Amino acid sequence: MTDPLLSVRDLKVSFQMDEGLVRAVDGTSFDLLPGQVLGVVGESGCGKSVTMRAILQLIDRPGRITAGEIRFRRRDSAEMTDLTRLAPRGAEMRDIRGAEIALIPQEPMAAFSPVHTVGDQIVEAILLHGHRWQEGGRKLTRTQARTITIGLFRDVGISMPEQRIDAYSWQLSGGLRQRAMIAMALSCKPSLLIADEPTTAIDVTTQAQVLALLRDLQAKYDTAIIFITHDLGVIAQMASYVVVMYLGRVMEEGPVDDIFHAPKHPYTRALLRSIPSLYGATRIALPVIAGTLPHPFNRPPGCPFHPRCPDAMPRCSAAVPSLQSVAANQLASCFLHHDIAEPA
Amino acid sequence: MSDTLLEVRGLQKFFPITRGFFQTVVGHVRAVDGVDFILKEGETLGLVGESGCGKTTASRCILRAIDPTGGQILYRTRDGRTVDLATLPPAELLPLRAEIQMIFQDPFGSLNPRMSEPLLVNGMKNRRERADRVAELLRLVGLRPEFMHRFPHAFSGGQRQRIGIARALATNPRLVVADEPVSALDVSIQAQVLNLLLELQQRLKLTFLFVAHDLSVVRHISDRIAVMYVGQLVELAPTSEIFRQPQHPYTAALMRAVPVADPRVRTADGILSGEVPSPAAPPSGCYFHPRCRHATARCRAEAPALREVAPGHFSRCHFAGEMTF
Repeated sequence: MTDPLLSVRDLKVSFQMDEGLVRAVDGTSFDLLPGQVLGVVGESGCGKSVTMRAILQLIDRPGRITAGEIRFRRRDSAEMTDLTRLAPRGAEMRDIRGAEIALIPQEPMAAFSPVHTVGDQIVEAILLHGHRWQEGGRKLTRTQARTITIGLFRDVGISMPEQRIDAYSWQLSGGLRQRAMIAMALSCKPSLLIADEPTTAIDVTTQAQVLALLRDLQAKYDTAIIFITHDLGVIAQMASYVVVMYLGRVMEEGPVDDIFHAPKHPYTRALLRSIPSLYGATRIALPVIAGTLPHPFNRPPGCPFHPRCPDAMPRCSAAVPSLQSVAANQLASCFLHHDIAEPA
Repeated sequence: MSDTLLEVRGLQKFFPITRGFFQTVVGHVRAVDGVDFILKEGETLGLVGESGCGKTTASRCILRAIDPTGGQILYRTRDGRTVDLATLPPAELLPLRAEIQMIFQDPFGSLNPRMSEPLLVNGMKNRRERADRVAELLRLVGLRPEFMHRFPHAFSGGQRQRIGIARALATNPRLVVADEPVSALDVSIQAQVLNLLLELQQRLKLTFLFVAHDLSVVRHISDRIAVMYVGQLVELAPTSEIFRQPQHPYTAALMRAVPVADPRVRTADGILSGEVPSPAAPPSGCYFHPRCRHATARCRAEAPALREVAPGHFSRCHFAGEMTF
């Protein structure tokens, strides 16, 4: 058993609003192994993006990490560092952010500055964390950083990299912009890449190109990736291990094949049934999940899914089921399976 | 044919590109350039394509939200006349507005849940009558009539889309143009809205033009599917037919690009390279040839016409019917 690269335990993040407390992440736990592709799937408000921002210590006020641990294995270190204990603006966190944990955001148009060329922005990131590229930690020159950037552009499949490096983000198409963003994320050879809905804003043929690129780069650099999306198709194609979230809690997690072919939690099952496929019967009523996503101010008591759950029992509204082992490598937080796990 | 509700012939919509102080026209964006299809009464035609392919522009021409540059949009009215929506003067268009309605992607911006306004515009004068009709419509889309007094921000995305549907149905339309009606919704809500659309279609004998980019959703709801690329219709066929045997390489590539929600099925082979060309400067010959792996010299020189390769199956490819894509 390899040691995890990242280990999140009972993470809680809440936002103190005028109207009340929003518990955006309410006890999330998962592990990520080095080089693994972890898919985090969930609908809006499930806390998947907030969890990732917590890992990067980028929670904006009035949000706050109120409990839990985010332990991360730093490069050249045997010990795990608890990121929640680091000052968000401190030197150590700034050293990790970008250099060891990088983010590919959903909308690259908003992530790049429109008044600097994309090349300059990547060069700056390399110069900032430049010692990674040289033995002995000597600083790089601007010319060296530029050569590295051109090489990265070639790696991510941007044609004519020598010209494109001097382009502004608004001069690039959506697909090219996302490739440039990936080049920027990879520029400091991170050990963990967080991709937050990286293909949601782009077209399906471009999406296929970007997904193929990420898969190739992952194999080449052996970077661990956390892939956040609401698209179950993307998860099935990209991830080796899947975490299913709902209203700030992990409902189920396990290897991708088990999640898709032997889902244990009623939410996972219902979600998989409700998507139209390219193979099923057409023009018939799809099985639906009844009801709507609850408003974050009125979280249901007990299991957050119980008001919409077809298998809800009286105890589901009284207590919160913990995440427990339900099969060889699979965990679920559901009382349906607790009886199997702990006969009592 | 007698059951044809709408026939679109050679639809074109060009937007001028202007430059300089005098706004000299230096070129045109051929947003829609060659769209032909027939909509039969009671069916759903899915219109798919990537962003910028002209599917939204084409649907807006049919609604006459914008004026087409060329082509005909022949519509058979409730009283049996056939009119050309493309050239109809505004005064004659107005009574037809009630028959052709639209469902938007996210009705948040355009929503007044009291909804009596479309009824007022379309001639329902009595206040009591209007309130009754609104209550009836809300029940129709699965909402409680009390919701009539709430403001749009109080509703979730799924409820808002139900209200958007109710608004479109307020005037008893025959043709409903739905532009990406479920793409802004969460997965668990999408299925509810798709089911509602199917149910309402059967109950009210509606005809749908369903514009979307998500192939799985379009496949689920449509009787026939039309595929657009750079302003042109490149393939049109019954849903099962187009998925069994696509007759245009772009359609085939589009289907292969959809990530399958099954880890045991790998979608890797035949990814399209390159990007969608600009409709302001489309390539020579077949617009798809720079990205097509089957392209020949003929494809670079000669623009293919849309032709019927099998009964009811149309393709704009020189090699349709001769090749498996």
